[in-house]
Amino acid sequence: MPHAVKRRDRLIGLFVAGAVLLNPPILTLFSGGSVLGWPSLFVYLFGVWALLIAGLAIVLERRPEIRNDSDKGGLP
Amino acid sequence: MSPTVVVLTALGYLFLLFVVAYLVEHDQTRASRLTRSSWVYTLSLAAYCSSWTFNGGIGRASQHGLDFLPIYLGPTLTFCLGSVLIRKILRVSRANRITSIADLIAARFGKSTGLAALVTVIAVIGMIPYIALQLKSISGGLAMMIASHPVAGPASIPVLADGALWAAIVLTIFAMLFGSRSIHPREHHPGMVVAVALESILKLVALTAVGLFVVYGLFTGFGDLFARASAATNLGALFEFSGTSRSIDWIAMTLLAMAAIVCLPRQFQVMVVENVDERHLDRALWAFPLYLLLINFLVLPIALAGRLFLTAGANPDSIVLAVPLAASQPVLALVAFLGGLSASASMVVVEATALSLMVCNDVVMPALLRWRGLRLEQKQDLTRLLLWIRRSAMVGLMALGYLYMRQDSEKYALVSIGLMSFVAIAQFAPAIVAGLFWRSATKAGAVVGISAGFIMWVYTMVLPSFAQSGAIGLDFIHDGLFGFPLLRPQALFGLSGLDPVTHGVFWTLLANIGCLIGVSSLTSQGPIERAQAALFVDAFRYNDAAQIWRRTAPLPDLVSLVARFLGRERAVAAFRSAGTAPGENATTERADAEMVLFGERLLAGVVGAASARVLVSAVVEEEPLGVEEVMRILDETSRVIEANRRLEEKSRALEAATAELKEANSRLRVLDRLKDDFVATVNHELRTPLTSIRTFSEILRDHPDLPLAERREFLGIVVGETERLTRLINELLDLSKIEAAGLPPSLPPVDLGEVLRECAAAMGKVFAANKVDLTLNLGDQPAWVSGDRDRLVQVGVNLLGNAAKFSAPVGGEVTVSLGGDAESVELSVADNGPGVAPADREIVFERFRQVGDTLTGKPKGAGLGLAICKRIVAQHGGRIWVEGEAGSGAVFKVLLRRVSGTVEAEAAE
Repeated sequence: MPHAVKRRDRLIGLFVAGAVLLNPPILTLFSGGSVLGWPSLFVYLFGVWALLIAGLAIVLERRPEIRNDSDKGGLP
Repeated sequence: MSPTVVVLTALGYLFLLFVVAYLVEHDQTRASRLTRSSWVYTLSLAAYCSSWTFNGGIGRASQHGLDFLPIYLGPTLTFCLGSVLIRKILRVSRANRITSIADLIAARFGKSTGLAALVTVIAVIGMIPYIALQLKSISGGLAMMIASHPVAGPASIPVLADGALWAAIVLTIFAMLFGSRSIHPREHHPGMVVAVALESILKLVALTAVGLFVVYGLFTGFGDLFARASAATNLGALFEFSGTSRSIDWIAMTLLAMAAIVCLPRQFQVMVVENVDERHLDRALWAFPLYLLLINFLVLPIALAGRLFLTAGANPDSIVLAVPLAASQPVLALVAFLGGLSASASMVVVEATALSLMVCNDVVMPALLRWRGLRLEQKQDLTRLLLWIRRSAMVGLMALGYLYMRQDSEKYALVSIGLMSFVAIAQFAPAIVAGLFWRSATKAGAVVGISAGFIMWVYTMVLPSFAQSGAIGLDFIHDGLFGFPLLRPQALFGLSGLDPVTHGVFWTLLANIGCLIGVSSLTSQGPIERAQAALFVDAFRYNDAAQIWRRTAPLPDLVSLVARFLGRERAVAAFRSAGTAPGENATTERADAEMVLFGERLLAGVVGAASARVLVSAVVEEEPLGVEEVMRILDETSRVIEANRRLEEKSRALEAATAELKEANSRLRVLDRLKDDFVATVNHELRTPLTSIRTFSEILRDHPDLPLAERREFLGIVVGETERLTRLINELLDLSKIEAAGLPPSLPPVDLGEVLRECAAAMGKVFAANKVDLTLNLGDQPAWVSGDRDRLVQVGVNLLGNAAKFSAPVGGEVTVSLGGDAESVELSVADNGPGVAPADREIVFERFRQVGDTLTGKPKGAGLGLAICKRIVAQHGGRIWVEGEAGSGAVFKVLLRRVSGTVEAEAAE
């Protein structure tokens, strides 16, 4: 089932990206400072978080052509 | 604000929720429509955001900046893996009718009652501080709303005047109404789910309202707020992120939250047990993180406003109420209070439902079932008993939570208490993940791992919290157990410099995972464990769990067993829907293995997998899955494989046979065509002499006055043609005889020289008539070959006859000679006729093929002689061919195998 496999790989990719971007040591790069008057750590964390959710939504809501693809789950 | 207004508003709100839930559960059409929505499912997941988020998160943000965020980033990360991890849990739970986290772990590790009880006990102990936290938060909020300013802690006021007690009582009743009104085979509580979803909306609305009021009411916008915060002393540090220990804390929190979103009993309840459609998960996997983002977006601004506006001594955990109150916005404060109440109520109700289910199914029922004095197995209807056990469990839980609150929670912020619960609950994560993805994780590994993690948790987190609240001495924290500095609970083995929670997370998970992997590697699984492991790990492969062990039971026994826990009507309806209609008088009917499994799962939905197994084993006759049984199943499998292999072999053989048949068929077609040719030729050859015989006979009949000489000539022709016909028919008969009958297997030795002399004698007249000289050059020694004498004579006669016919018309000479070596005898018949052209040397041996101009001269033979020779020689295992230059005579040669003739000749005589 190529669609399910591709979807799973994309989600795992999002997980890895989120785990790296939302944790130290990347976070220490945004310590202090501000962007347009907003604290840069605040902007960075919520920005990445929002992008991650948008990515999740795009991957999860995109349906394959044949509707019942996901219903069959991982059947061989 | 007047206490009556606050209390009545709160009670009114809770009552409203109950009405909604009641309507949902009793109006079937609307209920199914609402609970079928993926949005309701998503919002119900937000039971995760308890008052800990609502009040505690803001408190933490006001002290430590964005450190509260990992608790929500963790679930987002887990949900990225949701379509692998959570979907698998959903699939497994649906297939096995799993209704709690204890059930899930117990079912995976061989349906173990002990493991289920262990998980339940840890979950209850771990959740009590968490429930206490909710009560503390409600009572704090209530007191603040009534007094309109921060008040002293609950421990200092008399019990009956304590809002927390009343809150506990009201919430207990609320939980009973929602969570334990009736026994449902899959533990669905649609009313509770919709109420929780509504509460989630209110939480979000309340927090957003306060946040927007803060940003745009107290400040002119985000820029203004952040600018003033960074200008204030002590607040700039909230936007910074540095230091190793803070990094480690952040990672530890993320890990903890990642585990909690799956392992918290209430999350398991709303996410797995209450899930009605697996496809809802796709929406929830991104929408729930979005909810978390939205509800947390304004937390920092509110916290900053609290730091800027409130006095330094104010309780940080009540900022969300204190800010509107301080700004003289009582209505907004009331909304915020209702939001906090919603957060607490949804958490307490779902948690109490989930925990009471676990206590009832995994601790109390197994104990009661084993207590033989009760004769529980003979009671007819156990549904009421189940309900009362659950309700008592709820009361017990809330009482413990309340007592804990009065005793211990005073010195801790909400977040610290909550984190302690998280660490306890996180101990289930290794067993679950290993159970779902690692086939050889064993029950012993799970038990030892969870126990080790729990013991570590008690030592590094619970005991210090008791010590700090004064329940036990502080000495062992500073000096270590028995005075060993290495055993200091908050700096175990000298690991210091970490936050107590991070320290606890590290040691508990290290002990847990280490023991799980280590013990699993050293122990082995029992038969049921192995089967369950396969079902769990390969959940995606087998849509429905395959039945591995064979059990049968009398159907009425099974039905009545299920009926005792589900009620008669429901049980019968369930079995009927599964395709079995248990009739009243069908006492002899038997339930097969599949039906027994179905019954066990029905029961598992009510009393848990472990208890269900114990119950069903009472009526089942063939138990349990022994080694022989497994071997039999394996044997069957290998037999199937063997049969399959043989089938393949057969089909290969068939293919080969088909190919051979095709080949044979094509050969037959060629032969058939040859036969047709042969018949046509024979027809022609017979017709020619017949025609001439008939023609001349008619002439003789019609012309009686023919002169005698002419008449004689014509009669001569008729006689000649008749002879030719006879010869032809004889030769044809010979040929078919030779072709039909083979030679006998052992043939006597024949002297070929003698045969040839005989032929020469027989053909003498022919040679004389044709004026051909015949020279025999046969030598003195007999040339022994093994064969049929008569047939060999026929070969000789044919060859000699041919030679006589085709020799030169004048001065014809034919030489017959014998030669060869020790192995073979070579016969050659040479004439001095026109010879055979190289192109015709094969053709002359075919039937009816005559070389030469048949148009001018009459054929001198039928054309069968050489074909007959070839057959006979071939039958004797020899070879015949023709040599000689065209124009200078043909030499026909025959090669036959020589035998040692003397002995066999004597023997033949």
